[in-house]
Amino acid sequence: MSGYLTPGTGAIAGAMSSASPQGRGRRWLQFASPAAFYGPAGTLAALLLPLSLVLALVGLYIGFLVAPTDAQQGDAYRIIFVHVPAAWLSMVIYAAMAFWSAVGLVANTRLSAMMAGALAPSGALFTFLALWTGALWGKPTWGAWWVWDARLTSELLLLFLYLGFIALQAAIDDPRRADRAGAVLALVGTVNLPIIYFSVKWWNTLHQGASVSVSSAPTIATPMLLGMLVMALAMWFYAAAAALLRLRCIILEREGQAAWVAGLAQGEGA
Amino acid sequence: MIWLSFEEFLAIGGYGGYVWGSVLVTGAALALELVLLARRRRAALLAAAHASRRRQA
Repeated sequence: MSGYLTPGTGAIAGAMSSASPQGRGRRWLQFASPAAFYGPAGTLAALLLPLSLVLALVGLYIGFLVAPTDAQQGDAYRIIFVHVPAAWLSMVIYAAMAFWSAVGLVANTRLSAMMAGALAPSGALFTFLALWTGALWGKPTWGAWWVWDARLTSELLLLFLYLGFIALQAAIDDPRRADRAGAVLALVGTVNLPIIYFSVKWWNTLHQGASVSVSSAPTIATPMLLGMLVMALAMWFYAAAAALLRLRCIILEREGQAAWVAGLAQGEGA
Repeated sequence: MIWLSFEEFLAIGGYGGYVWGSVLVTGAALALELVLLARRRRAALLAAAHASRRRQA
């Protein structure tokens, strides 16, 4: 990755403002410029996508051809290999979105806010998938597609937080104001994350408790756990790639007047 | 191998509809997201190219 750190292309030089800080911090801060990060974001996404596909194939192989049938739930439990990773990602992406929102508010860097905006649709998608696969798991095991239990309800609230963030950003014309408003909403919404995570402990939920946690040994068979972790890694890489690709779109849309974008647009024969 | 036949694998112990409904919708949704991103990128480049031509004219 050290290639990314060498400055000197026209885009990077052009993007550096004369006010950028000097010294050791400068090397990293130059990537806070949307123009400079456009290229590396594409390279990263191009690395992450195939990696994610390979991991997904390995994870599905373990989950569907190696992992044994569950003694209690039969084979319906195999939904775990998409449901749990999707649900984890729905929360991880929100945390990342809140993190970049906070950085954007504090440091007033445009790229951080763009990053938050790039993560939101992917987060909403993974939240939807967690709810969808959860419904398909709930029907055969609980007899209901949906129940208003604390875990399900707080996850639904997470979907509304994502959609609210997207709608709020879209509703404000001035991008800088839209970024700030979105960032405040994203930060307020973080209180929902521990509620989702601990809901199965704090309340008596129909949703089962955690099979995997940091503090105790996993309560599921090794191939089940392995399949789940590999799938989680696959989805993590996928989500990062999708967010980086969306970040590139946002950069192009917002910097459409810049000379480097015009050059790129003509160069690619768009 | 845990399945005795391909049919048995597809049936997933009688839960085939639920399990494949989860896996396939997830895969399709993620694939669709990539397609939409590629289209959004093309549209953004197109818009930028138009804008720069207008400025030159």
